[in-house]
Amino acid sequence: MSEIKTTCLHDRHVALGAQMSPFAGFDMPIQYEGIAEEHNAVRTACGVFDVSHMGEIEVSGPGSEKFVNYIFTNDITDAPVGKIYYGMMLHPDGGVVDDLLVYKRADDAFLLVVNAANIDKDLNHILGAAAGCDDVTITNLSDLTAQIAIQGPLSEGVMSRELMMDGSDLSFYTFKETVCPLTGEAVIVSRTGYTGEDGFEIYGSPETIGKCWDKLVGSGECKPCGLGCRDTLRFEVGLPLYGDELADDINPLEAGLGIFVKLQKDDFIGKDALVAAKAEGLSRKLVGLEIHDRAIARHGAEVLAPDSDEVIGAVTTGYRGLSVDKSIAMALVDARYAQKGTDVRVKVRRKVFPATVTAKKFYDKHYKK
Amino acid sequence: MKTYYSPTHEYVRVDGNIGYIGITDYAQNALGNVVYVDMPETGDDVTAGEDFGAVESVKAASDLISPVSGAVVEVNEHLIDNPRLINENAVENWIIKVEMTDLSELDDLMDEDAYNKLVASEKH
Repeated sequence: MSEIKTTCLHDRHVALGAQMSPFAGFDMPIQYEGIAEEHNAVRTACGVFDVSHMGEIEVSGPGSEKFVNYIFTNDITDAPVGKIYYGMMLHPDGGVVDDLLVYKRADDAFLLVVNAANIDKDLNHILGAAAGCDDVTITNLSDLTAQIAIQGPLSEGVMSRELMMDGSDLSFYTFKETVCPLTGEAVIVSRTGYTGEDGFEIYGSPETIGKCWDKLVGSGECKPCGLGCRDTLRFEVGLPLYGDELADDINPLEAGLGIFVKLQKDDFIGKDALVAAKAEGLSRKLVGLEIHDRAIARHGAEVLAPDSDEVIGAVTTGYRGLSVDKSIAMALVDARYAQKGTDVRVKVRRKVFPATVTAKKFYDKHYKK
Repeated sequence: MKTYYSPTHEYVRVDGNIGYIGITDYAQNALGNVVYVDMPETGDDVTAGEDFGAVESVKAASDLISPVSGAVVEVNEHLIDNPRLINENAVENWIIKVEMTDLSELDDLMDEDAYNKLVASEKH
């Protein structure tokens, strides 16, 4: 194992008394006050997350648009500058290398925001795909770029008051390149997030992001939030996490992310495999589960047929819901059992509990469109 | 009644050959809000050093390791609907009551002084 990394905000987390734990190679805050308190702050008011562990990879050069379209499932053709796309990079067999955001900064420059755990894998994948292309340049900006996410219904006002940065001109999934008045340095501000609430993400230098963090946390209007509630928040609104709902051996159609896969566009890595998979019919699908007990079915718990001990799938994420007081899970199951309302069973340690297939979304998103 | 402690932060409070098994205050505090307790059933056997259930917080499940061997004579049914009782008072809210089969197993456990030293060392 290589040495564990830290973000530029690490000392602040420790000073705030955060419970720290390794995540994706970084020593990250899991919680400060408590997962439930932080979760509820984001649902009802405002919270700030250190997400500086995320990876940022720049694709630049005259061939950028064509190249990004070749490695990305969504279609960025003729996109306006300032627009953001969600999608995936795929292996040739259709399995997911990573899910990511693509920021169009210029006609010849795109920023790819990837999962921390996958930075090295993604870079290898991208460099492999770019071999022989002399009209694109790939640059890993991950170590230079810090990032915070301000999330919750009060985010716009808090950001404006505390950071003197206006986000009212940004619609969902757009960004602007601006200057942070606290330091005079360049930042990217986007109306994005991973909680199902309105909010913004700010990318900048460690110094700028540190000052923004201090201002936000010091204001008392914005609760510091750890990765613990980041997971409960994204899970409740049905957002996938790479490593749980997405993996090298799961394709995006199985994960229910078909709307981010543009099979009608020109060739992209993994397209042929997905076209074939779709024609054959999917053998398994990601579903929601409601477990009829207090028991919590976590990642890896087996899903069983209702009337036999046949294993028909596995839980990808499960919690005792925080916004909904039920034991809920997402699970990848045999397509024969994927219909909503289907009765299945879930094995948690030694015990087996009845469960019902539901939608993957247990709580409604509240985005500002 | 004397209480013995395991290195995995369970206690057994001993009354004759009956042991009340739960998790320590230190353990409940480290876990945070308990949202579910997975308990065995009355009549089940438990074995020293082996898991007999789990205590779950929002974040994670933590196995319960039995400090002694024996048969479960009662489970704390209050915990089924109100698992947070463990946070309120982990010492009073034992999880299972066991008829112990081998009292010599208690010799392998820690007394309160030794356990407090272990906790003090883990806090660093």
